[in-house]
Amino acid sequence: MPLLTGLAWLLLCQSAGEVLVRLLALPLPGPVVGMLILLFALRLEVVRTPVGAVADALLAHLSLLFVPVGVGVMTHLGLLSTYGLRMLVAIVLSTWIGLVVTALVLRALLRREPAQRAEP
Amino acid sequence: MQDFVQLWVYLSTTPLFGLTATIVTYVLAQALYLRLGQAPWANPVLWTVLVLAVLLTLSGTPYPRYFSGAQFIHFLLGPAVVALAWPLWQRRGELRRRAAAILLAGLAGGAAAGASAVAIGWALGLPGELLRSLAPKSVTAPVAMGIAEQIGGIPALSAVFAVLTGLIGAISGKYLFDAIGGLSMQERGFALGTASHGIGAARALQVNADAGAYAGLALGVQVVLASLLMPLVARWF
Repeated sequence: MPLLTGLAWLLLCQSAGEVLVRLLALPLPGPVVGMLILLFALRLEVVRTPVGAVADALLAHLSLLFVPVGVGVMTHLGLLSTYGLRMLVAIVLSTWIGLVVTALVLRALLRREPAQRAEP
Repeated sequence: MQDFVQLWVYLSTTPLFGLTATIVTYVLAQALYLRLGQAPWANPVLWTVLVLAVLLTLSGTPYPRYFSGAQFIHFLLGPAVVALAWPLWQRRGELRRRAAAILLAGLAGGAAAGASAVAIGWALGLPGELLRSLAPKSVTAPVAMGIAEQIGGIPALSAVFAVLTGLIGAISGKYLFDAIGGLSMQERGFALGTASHGIGAARALQVNADAGAYAGLALGVQVVLASLLMPLVARWF
């Protein structure tokens, strides 16, 4: 039952996000606004307990959710045979550049953090 | 034999087929991945996608027929994005303290990934439509599709690029980080979430809880930054 209640909260937040995006013509996708709404709603105990259970279950299998879109690669075989190698080069190199830049910038910034004060 | 053919024709046209094929293949790939000690190259998404694409092509099943069943899994991407609020909430104190560093690193890494993809693609002579589909590839697939639509790319292609990007990060990230050396689990996870979104985050979650939380955070930061900034930047081109 907590799973079902948690799913209900997730869907409610997503729906609220979709409504807000359309009403205010926000440049954000609905689920992203839903995530921000949920971040505030998690202050409430009634939301936190069920959402925690369903979120852990859903995020543990996050990679499964990308399979249907990934299989869509078979519909672009024409484009792939023409540009496949060049697209792959661009994707691989840019992914590596992104990984290295992010890791190095974050490390540089975190190193400058003041030493942690003892929590009261 | 005739009965079997008729049965197959019936089964392959119901949504049950796409859903069953996806989950069964994934469960097998996941078991194999665990058996192989979570080796990056044994990535379950990679092998599930390859096996299904080959199966569908060999059996002559069109993608829309497969998707009529697989859409039930695809739909859960929305609630999963919403659910990312949970790992953020659990680490809210630490995140608030590090907010500036996290935003800056996310901005730098996301800009580097998107700009280098477009620049390399342009240098290799890819057409403009493909370049516009490449730009949002470091953002999680459902959001990448939305951004591609706004900036004049092909949404379906962006989604495929996003999945490829995720796989490349999940498969090669460990080796790249080991080569750099001296990176904490938080830094590794954050880089995976920034440059290869949900698939990188899924890999990080399996390896280490801290890495997973920072990857989820990075994914969320990337989604917000890219959806806000990418349409603005695209107007200049």
